[in-house]
Amino acid sequence: MTDWPILSLVTFLPILGALMIALIRDDDEGYGRRNIRNVALLVTVVTFLLSLVIWIRFDNGYAGFQMEEEIAWLGGNIGYRMGVDGISMLFVILTTFLMPICIIASWRAIEHRLKEYMIAFLVLEALMIGVFCALDLVLFYVFFEAGLIPMFLIIGVWGGKRRVYASFKFFLYTLLGSVLMLLAIMAMYGMAGTTDIRELLAYDFPAEMQTWLWLAFFASFAVKMPMWPVHTWLPDAHVEAPTAGSVLLAGILLKMGGYGFLRFSLPMFPDASVFFQPMVMALSVVAIVYTSLVALMQEDMKKLIAYSSVAHMGYVTMGIFAFNEWGVQGAIFQMLSHGLVSGALFLCVGVVYDRMHTREIAAYGGLVNNMPKYAVAFLILTMANVGLPGTSGFVGEFLTLLGTFQTQPWYAAIATLGVILSAAYALWLYRRVVYGKLDKESLKGLVDLSSRERFILYPLVALVILFGVWPMPIFDVMAASVDQLLNEIERAVSDGAQAAALLQR
Amino acid sequence: MSIDLNSGLIALAPELVIVLGAVSLLMIGVFATGSGVRIVNGLAVAILIFAGALVILMPTDGTAFNDAFVSDSFTRFMKILTLIGSAVTLVMSVGFAKAERFDKFEFPVLIMLATLGMMFMISANSMLSLYMGLELQSLALYVVAAINRDSVRATEAGLKYFVLGALSSGMLLYGISLVYGYTGTVEFEGIAAAVTNGEERQLGLLFGLVFVLAGLAFKISAVPFHMWTPDVYEGAPTPVTAFFAAAPKMAAMALLVRVVMDAFEPLTSDWQQIVAFIAIASMVLGSFAAIGQSNIKRLMAYSSIGHMGFALVGLAAGTQAGVRGVAIYMLIYLAMTLGAFAFILAMRRKGGNFENISDLAGLSSTNPLMATALTVLMFSLAGIPPLAGFWAKWYVFLAAIEADLYALAIIGVIASVVGAFYYLRIIKIMWFDEPLGRLEPVQGELGTVLGVSTVFTLLYVIVAGPVEAYAEVAARAFFAG
Repeated sequence: MTDWPILSLVTFLPILGALMIALIRDDDEGYGRRNIRNVALLVTVVTFLLSLVIWIRFDNGYAGFQMEEEIAWLGGNIGYRMGVDGISMLFVILTTFLMPICIIASWRAIEHRLKEYMIAFLVLEALMIGVFCALDLVLFYVFFEAGLIPMFLIIGVWGGKRRVYASFKFFLYTLLGSVLMLLAIMAMYGMAGTTDIRELLAYDFPAEMQTWLWLAFFASFAVKMPMWPVHTWLPDAHVEAPTAGSVLLAGILLKMGGYGFLRFSLPMFPDASVFFQPMVMALSVVAIVYTSLVALMQEDMKKLIAYSSVAHMGYVTMGIFAFNEWGVQGAIFQMLSHGLVSGALFLCVGVVYDRMHTREIAAYGGLVNNMPKYAVAFLILTMANVGLPGTSGFVGEFLTLLGTFQTQPWYAAIATLGVILSAAYALWLYRRVVYGKLDKESLKGLVDLSSRERFILYPLVALVILFGVWPMPIFDVMAASVDQLLNEIERAVSDGAQAAALLQR
Repeated sequence: MSIDLNSGLIALAPELVIVLGAVSLLMIGVFATGSGVRIVNGLAVAILIFAGALVILMPTDGTAFNDAFVSDSFTRFMKILTLIGSAVTLVMSVGFAKAERFDKFEFPVLIMLATLGMMFMISANSMLSLYMGLELQSLALYVVAAINRDSVRATEAGLKYFVLGALSSGMLLYGISLVYGYTGTVEFEGIAAAVTNGEERQLGLLFGLVFVLAGLAFKISAVPFHMWTPDVYEGAPTPVTAFFAAAPKMAAMALLVRVVMDAFEPLTSDWQQIVAFIAIASMVLGSFAAIGQSNIKRLMAYSSIGHMGFALVGLAAGTQAGVRGVAIYMLIYLAMTLGAFAFILAMRRKGGNFENISDLAGLSSTNPLMATALTVLMFSLAGIPPLAGFWAKWYVFLAAIEADLYALAIIGVIASVVGAFYYLRIIKIMWFDEPLGRLEPVQGELGTVLGVSTVFTLLYVIVAGPVEAYAEVAARAFFAG
């Protein structure tokens, strides 16, 4: 089984599942519907199990790409190339892990056009896995941008009241960022003569081009991340998307921006990355403080979590651009942890939304009285969102702050304010929804978590605690690749400095 | 390499087949009654396919008839596209003819004559054969545009097209005469040689170049010579519109490429500015003006204006990669356009055809397969990967970037984002809005065209390599010497 193209298998298995579902007749009641749900669940679970094979076969000690595949595709050195390293592998696992949860979360919530819904999710899964596995820049772009199509439909067809506005905003915002990256990809292809990521990593782009290429990539990743001030599509998209859509948006799609910085911007354009470090730091800190303040004022639960996502992504960009081991490792860990935490928080919102059909914070209160299990799960996730020691949220946040403090103490100091603010908004949200008297008539009849809801929330809660107290399995995977990345940057930057010094002499 | 008269006739074989076929079909059509129209239509398709087979199976390379006629890999590539465009339009017109009493045997005959003109345009190697092919095509198209002679809209469209077309032909002729005056020849190679040997660039020659380009820009409906397009697209019967959107664009684009890459090759830096301007203007206008349209045929008109702008981005590069980009762009544009028009022809409820976009509301729940097909085509027209439309844009912008035309490329991609908005609007109407009621199921031949075009668009990513190689061969025709 060692010769199997395991990455392609994991990537395209969901497409196969989507084709199978397309062949099932969607009758409103009865077997068709059940089959659609079952097939979707089965396919995502099998994909997850297969992706664990990737982790098992993964060699932690090797810094380069593993399980490489290569097939000729277009002429002129654009190929179908797949492979994972310590930075990308865990994102693949995160994606395949969250998918079955999304399917179960939609089990009863989606009645309207179930078939198209499941197809959209499975196609989206394939494209997201592809983004993290692609070892060719063009292939990466194709996966990266194709993901807009299913997400656009998911928000637009199954979303809330302002779904049309939200879906258009999401699509056009992200597209505008991406097309500039596309031009940069073409320019890189013109210079290096290949789009093989491995060769591009070794290629030294001239310093003056790096600036432009970096900016073009930044336009795409900053929107995707999203960084302040181009984050405004995210709250809209999150609020209007169905629960599972929000989980994927927060859990996976946002991580593509951070992944892009680590995979392309930093190693391929090191000089420009160093040059733009102050700008990214400033934007990150603004994002952390400003969006935390904005989150405080939200009256919609999903919107609050969406703004808190922007703030948390601020830690990620800050850690990445700290250019040291703590910062970068912390950023990757923060992305993975945020994938679990924010995904689970959206599920928590979904739990009460399915019962009450409102996300307004003011409509809730005192849920602890009749939903104790829900209250406990929500509490642990809130604490993880705040970054309490013992949860996975703490590890990432702490490391990014530590890493930033090494190089940019002032930025780190301001960013620490965000920790306090996040405690404020998260705990306040929790207090308003869960604590207090249960005096609203409509809430009195609410029942606690069903077994299906427990089944999806508890594993997430357990993982959040597990990785909070024992994060080593994650760090072991990424350590070698991150080291190599940092060495590359250091080498390139010192080369550049030497060249500049020579020129001055 | 020049070919003598006998083998010249062999190089001309596909054209001869079409001319003989058109004349005999005219005879048959006059005497045919009732179902005879359908027979004429079917025969016309068969003849076009036969001509296409001849193009593929009997490739000749070189020039004939004192260099007036050229045949090479590029002409073959574009001729195949043109023939596909014409044949598929004829196939698609069958159902429409039955439902709308649009049963005129002149239609297939005129289409064949127009196609003949297009074949000559593609193979033109001198200003005279260029003009002859262009006029043969245009005269047939004027009549086709107004073929629905009882409809005020259609006759208005035909008249408008005729007046503006005559104007553009006049400009073209004026440009040709200026070029002849300053170079002393009408042959493309001769013009190129005269320009190269000339002491300095002459202003009059540049005027000639501008007029020739203006005349040709009219034929591909590029801004600022696009005004006729929305009216003709809307006014003409839908099969005619489909034809206008497909085949003539292929021929006119091929001709434009031939003229600038052969005859005016030494003046690259001059025509590059013009082509870049036309490209930018077309992309921007096509994207913005389409936003406000409610009629799907008018929308497709602006869409085609925009797409011609994108294709011209490749030409503006003036390199082999650029010509390859244009060739691939036209191929993919043809596939998407034919699919889109197959859909438009199938937009029927009880009580007839409709053309309003808002009437498509909720199509995804009433006719899921049709809605999915159009969704794929619309995302593709918007240029979203991995669909074919993305690869079309990929090659032209790649050429532009390699030729250092950064401003053109950046304006182009931003225009494509704006353009994405109105394609998304159609998708939104089909998927997000409440259903209005079922459409009639799509008929056999339309369903086939729609299906083939959708599958091609969807799976182009798999065949992209071989297509690229074939287009590369076609583009090399200009760079062999």
